[in-house]
Amino acid sequence: MSIMDYNGGSVIAMVGKDCVAIASDLRLGNQALGVSSNFQKIFPVTDRIYLGLPGLATDVITLQVYSTKERFRFRVNMYTIKEEREIEPETFAHLVSSTLYEHRFGPYFCEPVMAGLSKTPSGGLKPFIAATDLIGCLNFAKDFVVAGTASEKLFGVAEGLWEPDLEPEDLFETISQTIMNAVDRDAYSGWGCIVHVITKDKVITRTLKGRMD
Amino acid sequence: MSRTPVSLPQQHQFNPYSENGGTILAIAGANFSVIAGDTRQSEGYNIQTRYAPKVFRLTDKAVLATNGFAADGNMFVKKVRQRLEWYRHAHARDMSLHAIARLIQTMLYQRRFFPYYVYNILGGIEDDGSGAVYSFDPVGSYERETCRAAGAASSLVQPFLDNQIYFKNQTAPPGSAHPTHLPLAHVLSLVIDSFTSATERHIEVGDGLEMYVVLAKGSPLQGLDTIHGVTELTNIPGGERMFVIRRSLKRD
Repeated sequence: MSIMDYNGGSVIAMVGKDCVAIASDLRLGNQALGVSSNFQKIFPVTDRIYLGLPGLATDVITLQVYSTKERFRFRVNMYTIKEEREIEPETFAHLVSSTLYEHRFGPYFCEPVMAGLSKTPSGGLKPFIAATDLIGCLNFAKDFVVAGTASEKLFGVAEGLWEPDLEPEDLFETISQTIMNAVDRDAYSGWGCIVHVITKDKVITRTLKGRMD
Repeated sequence: MSRTPVSLPQQHQFNPYSENGGTILAIAGANFSVIAGDTRQSEGYNIQTRYAPKVFRLTDKAVLATNGFAADGNMFVKKVRQRLEWYRHAHARDMSLHAIARLIQTMLYQRRFFPYYVYNILGGIEDDGSGAVYSFDPVGSYERETCRAAGAASSLVQPFLDNQIYFKNQTAPPGSAHPTHLPLAHVLSLVIDSFTSATERHIEVGDGLEMYVVLAKGSPLQGLDTIHGVTELTNIPGGERMFVIRRSLKRD
């Protein structure tokens, strides 16, 4: 049993038409024992960037919640102060990647998933998603990215349901159906889900009730 | 410092099992059954062949799909066919589907402590004319279901089927209910979508797709005549009809 599966949990992000969505389950477990049904794995980084962190729960908390040196929040704050502007999703993805790679031989057991809208030179917004492995190898996908204990199932359902240029409400339905049906076949994920759809003028956040077995 | 060479006795271990990848899938309709499998056979990262059938016709109304260790699968199908032939000689008719299912259970359980390393899915038409799917584990535990995926990409396909066949996590419009069985054309497109998805994301799935369709006695073709690449395998006119549909899948 891998340390990555110790607490369970899964995250997925998808691209839509001028919008992106990111969703996770809400379970925290201790191997097969369920501990919490409200464990947040997705964190806002800016108004337009969300970060999902499935993996070992202690590392999830260390990486995002604590703003000590070398953690994500600290580094984003330092970037904002030095540059006097908000970080762009592409830049943030590389920040995540380099932070994880600094711990190449003693890694944090997390596989981050990022979703956001990035500014284009013409002043518009472009959907952006990315994921990395636990040592920071970046994966910029054009369609969807997955991570966590239900990743295989997420791949299977997403590959069947996803289509290009989905409007925000259709993207919400697609990502919700994908994560719900995937985690229902995974013993280590589930216990409810949370979905964020990021559009140019608002972020839609919905909590989904799921099977409690 | 010199080290004295120590010669340990060379040990050899024979491993009687291997894993040959691939995926199988079966879906039951009201009066038909679809049993499908890809045709890639691999061992590790090597493709042994791009065409090794995993779906086998047993009788005029029963089809068996096997997945796991190919040698065991082929041997098991051979033994099941032998038992079905003996049954024909003794009773002058084909064994019914539920009886084949129970036969497979006993044959698998006989090997409880040296199992056939194979997941089986049996599909066909029951005596009452309904489409049926039976799924088995390697030691014979079995169940009749509406749909089942097994093999390398089962974890990719099964949750998709839960959603699209059983309508899991979907609520029916007020005053209506989800259908218990889907029409044949819809089932076939779901099977093709499942295998193209699995091919996209799983290295052990691809090359070719074989879909067997068994139609109950007297049921209409339900669009089978308009689909390309259909071959009819029916033996006796007036009984159950059997078809095979072949499609190519990505070879990378």
